[in-house]
Amino acid sequence: MTMACVSTEGLGLDGRRFNQMRSSSHQTLETRMRPILMKGHERPLTFLRYNRDGDLLFSCAKDHTPTLWLADNGERLGTYGGHNGAVWCCDVSRDSSRLVTGSADQTAKLWDVKSGKQLFTFNFGSSARSVDFSVGDHLAVITTDHFMGVSSAIHVKRIAEDPQDQVGDSVLVLQSPDRKKKINRAVWGPLNQTIVSGGEDTVIRIWDTETGKLLKQSDEEVGHKEAITSLCKAADDSHFLTGSHDKTAKACLWDMRTLTLIKSYTTVVPVNAVAMSPLLNHVVLGGGQDASAVTTTDHRAGKFEAKFYDTILEEEIGGVKGHFGPINALAFNPDGKSFSSGGEDGYVRLHHFDSNYFNIKI
Amino acid sequence: MEVVDIDARAAKLGIDWSQVNFDSIQLPPGEDFGIESDDEAVYQDDQSEFDTGFGNIIVVDHLPVVPKEKFEKLEGVVKKIYNQLGVIKENGLWMPVDPDTKMTLGYCFIEFNTPQKGARTRLFLMVEYFLRVSLNVWGSLQEAQNAKEKSHGYKLDKSHIFAVNMFDDFDRLMNVKEEWEPPQARPYVPGENLQKWLTDEKARDQLVIRSGPDTEVFWNDTRQKAPEPVHKRPYWTESYVQWSPLGTYLVTLHKQGAAVWGGADTFTRLMRYQHSMVKLVDFSPGEKYLVTYHSQEPSNPRDASKVEIKVFDVRTGRMMRDFKGSADEFSIGGPGGVAGASWPVFRWAGGKDDKYFAKLSKNTISVYETETFSLIDKKSMKVDNVVDICWSPTDSILSLFVPEQGGGNQPAKVALVQIPSKVELRQKNLFSVSDCKMYWQSSGEYLAVKVDRYTKTKKSTYSGFELFRIKERDIPIEVLELDNKNDKIIAFAWEPKGHRFAVIHGDQPRPDVSFYSMKTAQNTGRVSKLATLKAKQANALFWSPTGKYIILAGLKGFNGQLEFFNVDELETMATAEHFMATDIEWDPTGRYVATAVTSVHEMENGFTIWSFNGIMLYRILKDHFFQLAWRPRPPSFLTAEKEEEIAKTLKKYSKKYEAEDQDVSLLLSEQDREKRKALKEEWEKWVMQWKSLHEEEKLVRQNLRDGEVSDVEEDEYEAKEVEFEDLIDVTEEIVQES
Repeated sequence: MTMACVSTEGLGLDGRRFNQMRSSSHQTLETRMRPILMKGHERPLTFLRYNRDGDLLFSCAKDHTPTLWLADNGERLGTYGGHNGAVWCCDVSRDSSRLVTGSADQTAKLWDVKSGKQLFTFNFGSSARSVDFSVGDHLAVITTDHFMGVSSAIHVKRIAEDPQDQVGDSVLVLQSPDRKKKINRAVWGPLNQTIVSGGEDTVIRIWDTETGKLLKQSDEEVGHKEAITSLCKAADDSHFLTGSHDKTAKACLWDMRTLTLIKSYTTVVPVNAVAMSPLLNHVVLGGGQDASAVTTTDHRAGKFEAKFYDTILEEEIGGVKGHFGPINALAFNPDGKSFSSGGEDGYVRLHHFDSNYFNIKI
Repeated sequence: MEVVDIDARAAKLGIDWSQVNFDSIQLPPGEDFGIESDDEAVYQDDQSEFDTGFGNIIVVDHLPVVPKEKFEKLEGVVKKIYNQLGVIKENGLWMPVDPDTKMTLGYCFIEFNTPQKGARTRLFLMVEYFLRVSLNVWGSLQEAQNAKEKSHGYKLDKSHIFAVNMFDDFDRLMNVKEEWEPPQARPYVPGENLQKWLTDEKARDQLVIRSGPDTEVFWNDTRQKAPEPVHKRPYWTESYVQWSPLGTYLVTLHKQGAAVWGGADTFTRLMRYQHSMVKLVDFSPGEKYLVTYHSQEPSNPRDASKVEIKVFDVRTGRMMRDFKGSADEFSIGGPGGVAGASWPVFRWAGGKDDKYFAKLSKNTISVYETETFSLIDKKSMKVDNVVDICWSPTDSILSLFVPEQGGGNQPAKVALVQIPSKVELRQKNLFSVSDCKMYWQSSGEYLAVKVDRYTKTKKSTYSGFELFRIKERDIPIEVLELDNKNDKIIAFAWEPKGHRFAVIHGDQPRPDVSFYSMKTAQNTGRVSKLATLKAKQANALFWSPTGKYIILAGLKGFNGQLEFFNVDELETMATAEHFMATDIEWDPTGRYVATAVTSVHEMENGFTIWSFNGIMLYRILKDHFFQLAWRPRPPSFLTAEKEEEIAKTLKKYSKKYEAEDQDVSLLLSEQDREKRKALKEEWEKWVMQWKSLHEEEKLVRQNLRDGEVSDVEEDEYEAKEVEFEDLIDVTEEIVQES
């Protein structure tokens, strides 16, 4: 089960980009930074997740098998077989023992990380779009799409200590006001008191987990204008970042308790994935022209680039190229010294930063 | 009209209301028979007080004075005349008679059918319609007016010419005071300085852009590396905007017509030109006249579309002339254009006088002059088969091209015609020609004609140039062939105000670019090649308006390659790329150049401003970016000698500007630093808040984790603190720099 499939490839430094960045006094991130190209999936990537220790990387793709990699050298440790549809999302428990995955086969599954065994299957009437463990790992929030009459919803499940005691009942079900729109992501707020959700209806909502009431929702004026595709929260649950397809292709940074818009980052292509560096004040946006709209004229037209921004100044610092399809997933290693990106092209690219990355001045 | 009236009227006509089906009556759209709807009537109540009710009476003067015996005959004649023009009311003709002499007084009153007013409902409208149809008196409402206009000046015989007036007018005319009062002289109010933008202290240029619904005018502020807004308006225009050739006006297009905008400080509307559904506009070069164009798609696709063109005086807004016709009459020759006709239909002669404009149609060239807006010598020029005409940019010389006829029996011809004399100054016959393109040099000194000739097999063509030296005696013509005769010519451009031209020739994807001069030190009277640049990714040429510099651009297929080239030194100053660029435009001073990606595709819409030597200054992204246009400047008042002198002593002047530049950049970096500092402080406030909250919640979290102490979190915190030290470093370093 430990079949290594590792290859490396240069970053393909682009002269134009390089010069442009030099002339605009930006610094490039990469000169020697060589990514590890991980080819294990046959279909577009959907999600990437590091464990807390930062030694394992879980990847989900539209093929049916979530895959586990060594986060250091990209060695493939194994796969989790059992889903019968695209796997949209996953989360790993704090002690790296449990994995939860949500799939288009209308199930969410609990796995034993080490053995790859299925522990439990939650059945839904529609595909499970996102999953997230709570603080303490006793609860999980799972969002499901609308499908045939079933409206999109957020489910909270209790995760039993012993898999034998696991039940499939939901502790709480929240229904989005707009039932025909997907909820692309829902995560736990500080101390499990709230759930933050965002999706195709462009609104970010904060729900009370005790009462199931809608506490706050983002203002139309300041919020996103088009579908929210991704949501990632800070390590201390204090703030979170959302990425959207809206015309400015924005990512916004929000305070998680008050839903105050603090920063927004603008790029020119739809944002599919966002990540925040745990170490430096950097945010990364990934995306690119929609696969169906990709031109055939020039690979640069698509902008399949992971773009780094200064969190505070909202200015672009640089970009990492390499994918030849839109970037669907981004994740930072909890140590902040490497990050990985997953693309529509089916590759996971694992980047370890050079030392000069840590000294970027802008 | 009251209901009683209706009944009475119906009875008179023998109509039985019970047999009338009102629903079957369709009112013609837009027709109200002069009956206002109820709400209109309310508004017009005030006005009706002034209405004397004699609107349907006319007074006919200069009738023959006849005795009693002939009274009836005359009455018969007058009735006969006016019955042709309308229906005279019963007993509506009254010819007064002098009670003493029993002679007529030489005038009469005629009352026409009374217009009906005061109706209140749709029922009345319908009744009115019904009655009209039965009476067959369409259009009788304006009969009086009509009769007045048509019969005024009617010659009954030699000595009796009718003078017809509306009865109502008499009152008005009687009230005219006997003594002439001089009209009050209105004090002179100086108009706005429409050219104030030229006096900008920083000598910046303006440009207009359209993106999404917005139209914006900016200063191109290269010191700030950003555009400074001047005026912005959503839905300013319904299709596009255009500057007038000297930059005074900005014209916008609307459903109702065109409007021009301008002014000292902001853009106010100066004038409107009514032309419904206007599609295209064009200014005369001296911006005295505005030509507007509208074409209507025919309902039957086989018909040609209808075209209406109006010529307005820009300042007064008066329409000087309009032209109507089918598109066929307007659609010969000329580059591009819209469906219907090639634009501009009317080509203006060069120079600022705006004296002549010409239109090309089948076998004729119509040249109009603007004094009377009629054809010169009252007739068009007949030139069989002419396909293209081109004015000299400075003189009233027209160049025209006639292709081969009779299968090559009659050669093709390029001729220069002087206007208004219509004298042919020069002509050249050309053999086995497939096509010709004419290029005038901007000061009218040279004309280049690109001639595509058939090879012997007639299967392919090759190109050459005929070069006319207009300003020299007898207009000598030179023939220029490229080194490789078979090269295709992709682009040609004269150096503005200069003696050189550039040609892109050869095969895609890597054609060559050659520069030629009409005048070199060794060869004053002959064209000579300066250089050829091999294998360039270029398909378009953009000379700086001051000459000397040129951009070799690879648009469209070449993804926006740009090469900034100095033709004096024959060296490349810079190469750059504006990915996917579709448009390039130099500013009128030749200092900056804008490259733009317009909304032909969705990606990376926006524009970039470069310095003349290819340094990128700033870049603005705008979705749905449609148009960019620099505001033109009128020509400089400085003489050529003075300009040269300034160029020589440029160092003296540039010192001042360099100092200013320095100040601005210092100020900018200062502002930038302030901004960054504020942002960082704000962020730190957030972080502090988060940190304290996190600390407060520590115990709760620990409980949630079943008592596990999250020591790692502390580590994470330390890591963050390190990060802040790092950032403070940044600030310090900048301080040291300054």
